[in-house]
Amino acid sequence: MVDEPIWLLVVKTVLLVFLVITFFAYMSLFERKLIGRAQARYGPNRVGPWGYLQPLADVMKLIFKEDFVPQGANRWLFQLAPVMSLVTAITALALIPFGDPVNILGQDVNLVGIDVSIGLLIVFALSGMGFYGLILGGWASGNKYSLLGSARTAAQLVSYEVAMGLSVVGVVLISQSLSLMDIVHKQQETVWYIVCQPIGFAIFVITAVAETNRTPFDLPESESELVAGYMTEYGGLKFAMYLMSEYINMIVVSAIGATLFLGGFAGPWLPGWIWLIIKVLAMLFIFIWLRATLPRLRYDQLMRLGWKVLLPLATVNLIVTAIVIGIFFQN
Amino acid sequence: MGTEGIDIFTAEAREAREAATREGRELAETERVVAGAEAATPQEALARTREGEDIAARALPGSRDPMIINLGPQHPSTHGVLRLITELDGEIVRDVHPVIGYLHTGIEKQCENKTFWQAITLVTRMDYLSPFFNIHAYTASVEKLLGLEVPERAKWLRVMISELNRITSHLVWLGTSGLELGAITVFFYTYRERDRALDLFEMISGERMNNRYFQVGGCADDVPPGFLGLLKRFVDEMPSRVDEYEGMLSANPIWIERTRGVGVLPADELIDLGITGPALRAAGVDLDLRKARPYSGYEHFDFTVPVGGNGDAYDRYLIRLREIRESTRIIQQCLDGLPEGPHIADDRKVVLPPRPELATSMEALIHHFKLVTEGFRVPEGEAYTAVESPRGEIGCYVVADGGPKPVRVHMRDASFVNLQALRPMAKDAYLADLIAMIGSLDNVMGGVDR
Repeated sequence: MVDEPIWLLVVKTVLLVFLVITFFAYMSLFERKLIGRAQARYGPNRVGPWGYLQPLADVMKLIFKEDFVPQGANRWLFQLAPVMSLVTAITALALIPFGDPVNILGQDVNLVGIDVSIGLLIVFALSGMGFYGLILGGWASGNKYSLLGSARTAAQLVSYEVAMGLSVVGVVLISQSLSLMDIVHKQQETVWYIVCQPIGFAIFVITAVAETNRTPFDLPESESELVAGYMTEYGGLKFAMYLMSEYINMIVVSAIGATLFLGGFAGPWLPGWIWLIIKVLAMLFIFIWLRATLPRLRYDQLMRLGWKVLLPLATVNLIVTAIVIGIFFQN
Repeated sequence: MGTEGIDIFTAEAREAREAATREGRELAETERVVAGAEAATPQEALARTREGEDIAARALPGSRDPMIINLGPQHPSTHGVLRLITELDGEIVRDVHPVIGYLHTGIEKQCENKTFWQAITLVTRMDYLSPFFNIHAYTASVEKLLGLEVPERAKWLRVMISELNRITSHLVWLGTSGLELGAITVFFYTYRERDRALDLFEMISGERMNNRYFQVGGCADDVPPGFLGLLKRFVDEMPSRVDEYEGMLSANPIWIERTRGVGVLPADELIDLGITGPALRAAGVDLDLRKARPYSGYEHFDFTVPVGGNGDAYDRYLIRLREIRESTRIIQQCLDGLPEGPHIADDRKVVLPPRPELATSMEALIHHFKLVTEGFRVPEGEAYTAVESPRGEIGCYVVADGGPKPVRVHMRDASFVNLQALRPMAKDAYLADLIAMIGSLDNVMGGVDR
């Protein structure tokens, strides 16, 4: 870590937010094109060359939609909730390390928003807070579908946050650090932690899908039962915020997975941030692939999987890791 | 909604209630639904359906008030415009009250104002996913009244096209019920094949949906050149496509979890409710009109009727997929042994004369003129004919009084009858399972409301 002036932090923040929103836009295009291929069709290919301006068109459309608040809604919370989701999703990005400090035009720059000693905990705290956006949004809409959607969100959050937390504790035990930067450096010295924590990684990926409300765990917004779940009543930019926070959460959770298990920005030949993006895209590909392939679980099956399969498995994985480390790597 | 509508219905509800109290009984099911159907909100509807019942007596000690949620008529997965007033306890469905009539078009009544051959066009529009079966039932009834013999080639053509229609209908079912359970990809695969089948329909009848191809006395026209080759290519390919769908779903653990044990009713209860088609056969009852009461020459074909054992949504899924395979077999046999001969009966009082004759024969011109302006007269009587549609027994009851217009055309539509099974099935199931059940029953609202 090098010390940075305040103006640099501001520049970095603006740049990162701008980049991630662009990334989100093109990720939605990436997803639609990929799913299109999986489904024997083309995906968007009309706006701009090969459809590459489609995200712009979507954004324009959403901006010009009416900013609508339904009659039975709690006005204040209804407007606040999507902002909460989005802010927490973007904030979590600040903790992702993109590489070692570099020198740009004589100024040392950290390729991370902020590296703190409890980085991993903050990420989890933020993702937990992000769920309040969904829960409050659904509750404040004054719609029963939304209410059911937010009830499902709450249940899903509780069930999967625990297993996810336990799945990454193994990594923390091995690296002896909660700082994401340190974890990456430790992996550079030894091996990627997916090698010593394969079960932990598997549990992490499954719970990550559940945490981001993606198929097959997209119960909070399952369109065939709850119309659109917690975001039934949302439209225009507020809907876009929810959509954005869902996708940015996917990006964040993929980046965390890449950092914890796949060596983060570590890799030969290419600059670190390119490696990170490659790994993130690989994780995102899995998310999208799952969506194209699998049906949705039922509420009770989701709970059963979370509590009866993943949680015990994560616990056993943690205990075994702890014992192995305690016996063989005491120093 | 006009206030008049409400008044009529409240009046009806009041009458029903008064009759019930007079006779010292509870409101019958239909009366309750009628009473609740036109209410503005689901709560109101439920309150009306419950009037006359002692709610306190129904409530168990310690039980909570259910949340009443209105699924439909505009809802992504109620197959069109089915409205379900659902009582939810958390995620559990305590009760559902299906409300129908949102797609009511009065087709049956309109048929009475059309001549017999004009009514065919209306009949196709009832169950819009199986138009050929609708006309088949209707024309067979009219032919029965006329005592008209259908030529052999026409029978085979009817079987061939009906089975192709069965395939397209099952494809729509598979795609949409996949969507309902979150498996989006299979939808695009099934529609890819369905589109080719619709091309074939277009080739033979000029329309992609609501095809008016069967005619009283046979089929409207012979197959166009090149049609049989394309159809052969389609049915040769179809089994491998079904393998593809099965590869995505049959062994998929989530699909099995979602459909196994969902929507089970015992066979005798299904029979009591009048359920037919795959929903009944999944429960192990071997009833298929093509075998039980062969019509249109089905006795000449070699095919099996798939029967399930558990009667759950998974069995219904398997049975429909196997029916697609059996249908391709039947079409193969049609293609191999299609007899030569006329495609329509040669009765000038009923059947339009061939087009070229109009230029040369005065008699043909007169027949043509009479048939088109007035229609043919059907001797007095009534007839009911049933065919095995993709959803079960579609029967058509036609009453004639000797004139050119039917006095009554009534359809026994399988969707309408099968919908009854939803309520007993859905009690105490999960909300997500309710959606799976609606899908597995395969109701088409056009057929339910007519």
